[in-house]
Parts: sequence; structure tokens; C-alpha cells
Amino acid sequence: MDEAARAIEQAARDSYGRLVAYLASRSRDVAAAEDALADAFQAALTVWPQAGVPERPEAWLLTAARRRLIDAARRAGVQRAAVPDLLTLTDEAAQETTATVEFPDERLKLLFVCAHPAIDPALRTPLMLQTVLGLDAARIASAFLVQPATMGQRLSRAKAKIRLAKIRFDLPEPAELPPRLACVLEAIYAAYGSGWDDVAGADPRRRGLAAEAIHLGRLLTRLLPDEPEALGLLALMLHCEARREARRDATGGYVPLTQQDTARWSRPLLAEAEAALASAAPLGRFGRFQLEAAIQSAHAQRRHGPGADWEAIALLYEGLVRLAPTVGALLGRAAAVAEARGAAAGWALLAALPAATVAGHQPYWALAAHLLQRLGRRDAAQDAYTRAIGLSEDAAARAFLAAQAARLA
Amino acid sequence: MNYILLIYEDADAFTARTDPARAATHFAGWQAYAQALREAGVMTGGAALQVPGAATTVRLRDGERLVQDGPFAETKEQLGGFFVIDVPDLDAALAWAARAPAASYGAMEVRPEMSMSH
Repeated sequence: MDEAARAIEQAARDSYGRLVAYLASRSRDVAAAEDALADAFQAALTVWPQAGVPERPEAWLLTAARRRLIDAARRAGVQRAAVPDLLTLTDEAAQETTATVEFPDERLKLLFVCAHPAIDPALRTPLMLQTVLGLDAARIASAFLVQPATMGQRLSRAKAKIRLAKIRFDLPEPAELPPRLACVLEAIYAAYGSGWDDVAGADPRRRGLAAEAIHLGRLLTRLLPDEPEALGLLALMLHCEARREARRDATGGYVPLTQQDTARWSRPLLAEAEAALASAAPLGRFGRFQLEAAIQSAHAQRRHGPGADWEAIALLYEGLVRLAPTVGALLGRAAAVAEARGAAAGWALLAALPAATVAGHQPYWALAAHLLQRLGRRDAAQDAYTRAIGLSEDAAARAFLAAQAARLA
Repeated sequence: MNYILLIYEDADAFTARTDPARAATHFAGWQAYAQALREAGVMTGGAALQVPGAATTVRLRDGERLVQDGPFAETKEQLGGFFVIDVPDLDAALAWAARAPAASYGAMEVRPEMSMSH
């Protein structure tokens, strides 16, 4: 019983996404593929404890799921067009159970379907997490702070769109690949971000997806080893992840990057990050994620010596601002310039940002407060701290800012 | 698989149809597009619609026929016509929609045909 349960859990962890991707690519119906696979796992729970764990659990699950998929299609009376594909599915699956041939890995195609421009951008990340990693709607909902039922409905609608509009399970044409890949990368990064804002886990409703995002990032670099931006994204996420422990002190207080104890940075994650970034460079196509990873890499150099090279970081941010002038990049540049060339130079860059863009942006006010404090502008700094504290979601960040503000008096 | 490409145009585009200075250019673009669809062997149907001012909307409520002058919804952009094309998947349909003249000056909506075969 225990052995069967373990085998099922193992198969779910290792093969869920591959099985869904394979079944969905043949049936062109993600929801039906998921349902069929869920039935197959259910069947395994009753059969394996008695008959023993099959020699090739994946093939067993695939055969069971495929049978259910074909039955369901017959019952629903699928369109004639889909029948040849389902027959292909039967043939391929029959071969797989007899030969040792691995069934093709279609997860990359599934990732491109999930991040298709015809899918609502807000649903691309949730779709990937559910179909490729097998996360349930409740888990995804908690990461995006929506009701589980609402998330379930949105995911169902998105899958219906894939089926009804017939979004192709195929790799994009070469000319289409860069914009489509950018959608995939954005969706994975959004999953990582959902787990980053609340690093302390202070909000019990919110469970981050950082580990899942890194999993997807590693998968993508294996499936597309020659895409430098995929490697750049992985390097960026790993750099941030390496510092997770160091972002909190012993009492749970927030520790800014420049004051973190470098001994608490994860060496294996840093090594993996540097290796990913290094393998992106020779591919000769620079991009936003490689640049962001390079900035994090420059920060991480502090583990080897006295301080970070702020002039180098400021230059990297300059490049990032030209490539992708997001508020985050503009703030990063101002902070780096303040370190490299003085608070006044940094403040000049901050002050030039349009007020409407930054009015409700917590990191802007936190940085403004810090720079105004360094410039000796006590009243303005006090105001900025108050605004930053008021806009903070994270209790630890709020406490850190309050402590900084208290030093003004 | 059939996709219906719905053509949405603003008032200016409807005016262009009858403006002597612009009509020829306006229709030349659409004729070239329709020809490209035919030559690719994907066109299965379509129609150009008269101006929204020529539309009449009918509803039956409590057995009473309510007839109203004008299109169903008064929006800035109105349905000006449609094509039905037979292509393998959404990406192919979107590629054709992007080539339509209205994609540049209005909008193209792509809808899969609902199959009634089963």
C-alpha cells in the first residue's frame, strides 16, 4: 500500500505535466486531458495496491488516460476533424506500452499555448501552473489573492477558449518565436514575483509560487537550451532566491540587500545562477532578463570582497532603462547612482520621475525617504517615510521603515 | 475549421465608402484582400454590410414586436462586414485577420464557427 502510494506520488510529481501536455497536444483539449489523467490516477489508487506497481508507471497512466479520453470523446461525439488525432494517440500509446520508446515531451508546446496572445495575460501564469505543474485552483488562487472558485472558473474559461478557438499545439514560427517566448518568460516571472513580495509569509492567505516558478524556469532552459533570455530569467530568479534567507534577521526583521550577511546567501543557488548567465552570454542575444540577472550578479560579487561595484551596477541599470523603462528599473538606477555618485545625483533622477507614475508606488517613497535623509532634508524625508509606511503591504518592511524614520528625530 | 472575421469600422471608414476622393483607395484595399483570401483557397464566404444607419433592430417582447431604427448597439465602431475562412487553427486565422485593411484603421474580431454537426 505504502509502496503504491509512493509510486503514485512520484509519478504525479515527475510526469504530470508531461502526461497532460502529451494528451492535450493530441486531443487539443486541455480540460479533457486533465480530467482523463485525474481518472487514471484515481484508477491507479485502487489497482496498484492490489496488482502491484507496474514496471513503467508512466506508460500505465498514459494508457489508462488515453482510453478515458477516447471514451469521453466518443460519448461527446467529437468533431470529425479530431478523430484522426485521437487515433494517432491510440497508435502511439500502443507502441509505448510495448517498446521502451519514450513518449515525446510536449510541455514546451503546452507552455506556448498557455501564454498565447489570445489568452488573457492575467490567466497565462495560472494556466501554466495548473497544466504543466498540476497545481490545483485553490493553491493558485491563494498566490494571486482571489477566491478559489473564481480562479477555477477563470481557468475553465481559458481552457474552453483554447479548445473552441483551436489554439495550435505547436512551436511558433521562427519569426513569431521572440514575442511568443517573451509571453512565456513574463508568465513564469509573474509566478516568481507572486512568491517574492511576501517573503516572510506574513499574509496567511498568500502562498508564494517561487519554487514552482524556478521549476518552470529550469524546465524551459532544458527545453530551449539556446534561448539566452530563458537562461537570463532563470539566473535572475536563482539570484533572488539565493538571498531569501538573508532578507530576514533572527527576529524576522527586514534586512536590505546592502546590509545582508553574505554568509547566509545560498552558494549552490548562486553557482547555478552564475552558470546559467554565463551560458547565455555566448549565444549573443542580449535582453532584459540577462541584464537584470547581471545586475543581481554584480550585487552578489559582494560575497568575494568589501563592497559592490556601484558604478558597474549603475551602468547596467542605464542599459536596462533603455531596454525596458519600467518604474522598477528607473528606481534601481536612481539607487545605484546615489551609491556610486552621491545622494544628490540619485535624488535628481528620482525627482525627474512623473508624480502620477510614482504616487502610489511604495518602493519609490522608501527610496526617496532614504535619499532625502542622506541629503539632510529632514522634513521631506519624514513625509516620504510616512507615505512609504502607509503604502507597505509587508509588516517587516513597515517596521524597518518606521525604525529608519525614528532615526530622523 | 471555419473562422468568421468580423470587420469593425468607425464612422470615418463608413464615410470613406462613398467619398469620391477616398472610395477607390478604400475598396481597392478590400478587393486585394478578398482576392488574396480566394487565391489562398481559404475563403468560404462573407458579405459587406450597408452603413449602420441602414440597420433596423427587431425584438419581440410580451408578444409585441418592437422595431427600432439603428443597429443593436450604438458603439463607436460598428460591424461593417465579415469573411468566413477555412484555416487549420487560430494562429492562421489571426494571421489573415491582421492583413485585413480594417486591422489598421479599425478592428478585426476573430470567432470560431460553432459546429452544429453533432
